[in-house]
Amino acid sequence: MRVRTLEIDGQMMTGAPGESIFNVAWNNGIHIPRMCHLGGLTDVGACRLCLVEVEGQSRLLPSCMTPVREGMVVRTNTPALQKHRKLIVELLLAERNHVCAVCVANGACELQDLATSLGVDHVRVRYRHPQCEVDLSHPRFGLDHNRCILCSRCVRVCDEVEGAHNWDIGHRGTNARVISDFGTAWGDSESCTSCGKCVQVCPTGALFSKGASVGEMRKDRSFLKYIVTAREKHQWIR
Amino acid sequence: MDTVKTRLATVWMGGCSGCHMSFLDLDETLLELAAKVELCYSPIADAKEFPEVDVTLVEGCLANREHLAEIRHIRARTKILIAFGDCAITGNITAIRNSVPLGVVLSTAYGDPRFGQTQGVLPVLLDEAMPLHEAVKVDYYLPGCPPSAEKILDLVGSLLAGEPVNGSKRFG
Ligand code: SF4
Ligand code: SF4
Ligand code: FES
Repeated sequence: MRVRTLEIDGQMMTGAPGESIFNVAWNNGIHIPRMCHLGGLTDVGACRLCLVEVEGQSRLLPSCMTPVREGMVVRTNTPALQKHRKLIVELLLAERNHVCAVCVANGACELQDLATSLGVDHVRVRYRHPQCEVDLSHPRFGLDHNRCILCSRCVRVCDEVEGAHNWDIGHRGTNARVISDFGTAWGDSESCTSCGKCVQVCPTGALFSKGASVGEMRKDRSFLKYIVTAREKHQWIR
Repeated sequence: MDTVKTRLATVWMGGCSGCHMSFLDLDETLLELAAKVELCYSPIADAKEFPEVDVTLVEGCLANREHLAEIRHIRARTKILIAFGDCAITGNITAIRNSVPLGVVLSTAYGDPRFGQTQGVLPVLLDEAMPLHEAVKVDYYLPGCPPSAEKILDLVGSLLAGEPVNGSKRFG
């Protein structure tokens, strides 16, 4: 296997063929912001927060979806990128209804944390205020579409790790919604095993355990690393 | 020699007054503050007209036409305008009604889709409640529902001391 040598933010790094710019950067301590990426799941490039500049390319590339190439020169944190990322977060906040003060995830939300770290102190675009449903039909969990950012982590963990494939994303554009079992109530699902993996990987307050009140939902993603290590390295280690 | 006191105003718009309660939570620190500022206009001060001031904390979002007229008037008469709390910054709780048409909100609450909107008794509601910055320029954002007393002191204290203001440590 011939490694690829490239430059990220002025540092020389190496990556395996096919490895993403995102992974190589993170492994070398450069933490590119992200939302849809989650280690252990296939990348899909849904959120565009991980956009980077690659010399010789006229457009920005999602680093989670772009494999490293020999001699690449990548910049991950230019003023232009910071500006774009800030706007992306503002668009995410304006798209559905994010009322942190009464959200189960308040204080432990990846979207909220990202907004803070990117210096978002208000949202410059107009809030859309769509009417969104809350599905409370499952005995143990709830799905609040008001807080969903369509990152599709739930879809992927259910398909790739649990092997149940309960979730999909249905409809288009602003009507796009996470759907359970071809668009039926979650509680009626025949494929859902009630394992709760989707709840744990969801970055926001969209998927939650019933009984969690404002600011009480805390997520635990450690199971994912455990399962993926077991699968890839055949080692059941915590 | 008397030092010139900073002229401070606080305003209560489409909010629950929780931000003002949090301000009062400054307890004895309020006395230190009182030595440096003159409270010119506030729900807790007796003033009819909004005067010319240095700093204004505005709690709540713009929910009706009166708020809209008032915030423009305030903006014209204040040097530094602070969006005080989440309702002022995002619309927050007050704006939850925006995803439902106004007539439905009123008929659900009062049994009449035009309740209070025609008799000139209550201020006419805007179709959508909106954050302050959609109508006027905002200089600083003080997040929280409500912002803690320490955070209020942090921002107001820095402004009074003429020090650079720390960026917000969280959103929402
Ligand atoms: S999901 Fe996150 S950003 Fe959205 S309302 Fe909840 S805490 Fe706020
Ligand atoms: S429910 Fe959560 S994990 Fe699923 S797409 Fe929405 S934000 Fe992402
Ligand atoms: S993390 Fe790369 S597009 Fe979302």
